[in-house]
Amino acid sequence: MATIKETVADPRLQLAIYSATQRLIDHRAGAVGFKVFPEYQDLRTLAHDIKKHTIEHLDYYLEQLEANVVAHGGQVIFCEDAEQVTDFVLNLAKQRNARLIVKSKSMTTEEIHFNERLEHHQLEAVETDLGEYILQLAHQRPYHIVAPALHLTRYDVADIFTKSLGVKKEVVIEEQTKIARSVLRDKFLQADIGVTGANFLVADSGAVVVVENEGNARLSSSAPKIHIAVAGIEKLIPRAQDLAVFLNLLGRSATGQPLTVYTSFLSGPRREGEVDGPDEFYLILLDNGRTKLLADPDKRQSLYCIRCGACLNHCPVYRKIGGHNYPWVYSGPIGAIITPQFHGVSKDPWLPFASSLCGACAEVCPVKIEIPKLLLKLRAEVVEAKQREGAGGLERLAFRMFSWMMTHPRVYLMLACIGSALAPITPKIGPLRKWTSQRSLPPLASTSFHKWWAERSSK
Amino acid sequence: MVGREVQQVTPREAILGKIRTELGRAAGQHPAPLAAPALRIPLSDRNLYKDLFVQSFEKLGGKAIIARNTSYVLPALSTLLEGKRVVASNAPFLRSCGITDLPQVQSGFTDRELLREACAAADIGITSADYALAATGTFVMLASPREARLISLLPPTHIAVIPRSRMLASLDELLSILPKPAEQTSSMVLITGPSRTADIEQILVRGVHGPGEIHAVIVEES
Repeated sequence: MATIKETVADPRLQLAIYSATQRLIDHRAGAVGFKVFPEYQDLRTLAHDIKKHTIEHLDYYLEQLEANVVAHGGQVIFCEDAEQVTDFVLNLAKQRNARLIVKSKSMTTEEIHFNERLEHHQLEAVETDLGEYILQLAHQRPYHIVAPALHLTRYDVADIFTKSLGVKKEVVIEEQTKIARSVLRDKFLQADIGVTGANFLVADSGAVVVVENEGNARLSSSAPKIHIAVAGIEKLIPRAQDLAVFLNLLGRSATGQPLTVYTSFLSGPRREGEVDGPDEFYLILLDNGRTKLLADPDKRQSLYCIRCGACLNHCPVYRKIGGHNYPWVYSGPIGAIITPQFHGVSKDPWLPFASSLCGACAEVCPVKIEIPKLLLKLRAEVVEAKQREGAGGLERLAFRMFSWMMTHPRVYLMLACIGSALAPITPKIGPLRKWTSQRSLPPLASTSFHKWWAERSSK
Repeated sequence: MVGREVQQVTPREAILGKIRTELGRAAGQHPAPLAAPALRIPLSDRNLYKDLFVQSFEKLGGKAIIARNTSYVLPALSTLLEGKRVVASNAPFLRSCGITDLPQVQSGFTDRELLREACAAADIGITSADYALAATGTFVMLASPREARLISLLPPTHIAVIPRSRMLASLDELLSILPKPAEQTSSMVLITGPSRTADIEQILVRGVHGPGEIHAVIVEES
């Protein structure tokens, strides 16, 4: 995986990130404009309010969801961490003599390294979303929440397929898609268990809602005899009718589609008389640190996220450094606010600072999460944590010197003189070189304000 | 405290307990009232739905056929179905259109394994749809003894034959007449266009896992 330096210096990768995110930006812009979708801003406010209400009463809606899933013949399994999820799935697989699992795209399972954990126990878990499948073969993690293989070209894919599948080199995208379709079709028909994520959990229906374009989530949830949905506890919405708000926002914000190709509303196993569908339905509700985000009413907003990826596409930092340089599976602005809250601010203290605070993320967020405000809060926490640990002494010293300089005009003037004399070379040496390697510094004025003022007054 | 047994806390109790602690809530405490759902249903002319549906559906790459009544359906589909292996759902409407009488059409499946095999080998799957959404060109499929899930999914081509009377304005109207889909079915699927992906270089490719080709036959009088 390319480091930040390598990513920024790689013109092919830069082009791939820039053009892919730009296309997603354009698609979204074409779908949310006032002329085509006048309700857009009102729906954002509504979505924010519904999520706020749900998260503030999360325990109530979780219990309501659970009761309704059970009423439809499904089972709900609460899991605190990755280990409990794996234990449950392994146990079930053992009881049912299952070996092969087909999986549709789910960030929640990425979070807990679901596939790797199962593989340790001789279970085969196959990703079936085209992008995720390519990444699984290449042993990489998703580059983007919505477009996981955004950084790979058809030539990369050709190499990956040749190496892992033993097929001859194929660089035509349609043909590559056919190769994946035929390999995965067999897997779907042989699989014992299908695992999906969930875009929404509907409390009043005991239902899981999954949106997708390829059909792999439909296949995963309806071809095998067992369907397991894995979802974070924050995915709840109170009522099926609230989907009118959320589905109208999700597809448009993610890819500019009014509705994605498939929207599945699934509640429990197949019922009496239904010809196909799974015999067993399990809903795994995962905490994995989410409850830590509840305490602060502001930071709690991070749990409203519906994973559309719009903030990534519009972020000048993401568009430069790409998805793999964020420390966790969630990249971009949303990653920058949730990662420190899941892992503690001291683990990757630089993360909340990796933002220009331009506000584009908040402007495009379909559920109006105040991302810049949360970044500032987290920055303050990073500094506080540093002070508690006794670190940050150098920075404190620097600011003390700065305030001394600014309150002593003679010292200031003297240093300003030296500064302006050295101005032509400073960007090329020392700590400034890093900054100027990617940006140009505006030239300093030839005369300082002090000097100009003094000359003007003496006239 | 000696001799006191360690209480086993289940993950469920632990998670709900943490949530209540962080939010300052008590078990069983009801939520504050939530505003009524926002459903925006335009008061437009129902006669326009068909044209709007065709427009949205074809923009997605679907092909729409209008049949005046059920007797026009078979002639309209004859070239499409010629020499193909076809699986049709158990929807009574397909029978009244005569589709299930065609020699190349397999229908009447009640066994999951047999249906799966037939669908995996078929060129074309034919279903009806419970509703169609005009604004987005969407088929709404509720799993039932009449409609299986895999017929609209496994074959490379999907044809849905729909009476015009089942046209709705939009997702919002669907949710207003079907406020709790789970009371009727274990699976409601909205199908909006052919299966597609843009995962490699953001280039659009149709028919990745589901059907790459979809047709809508709208029957005006039924």
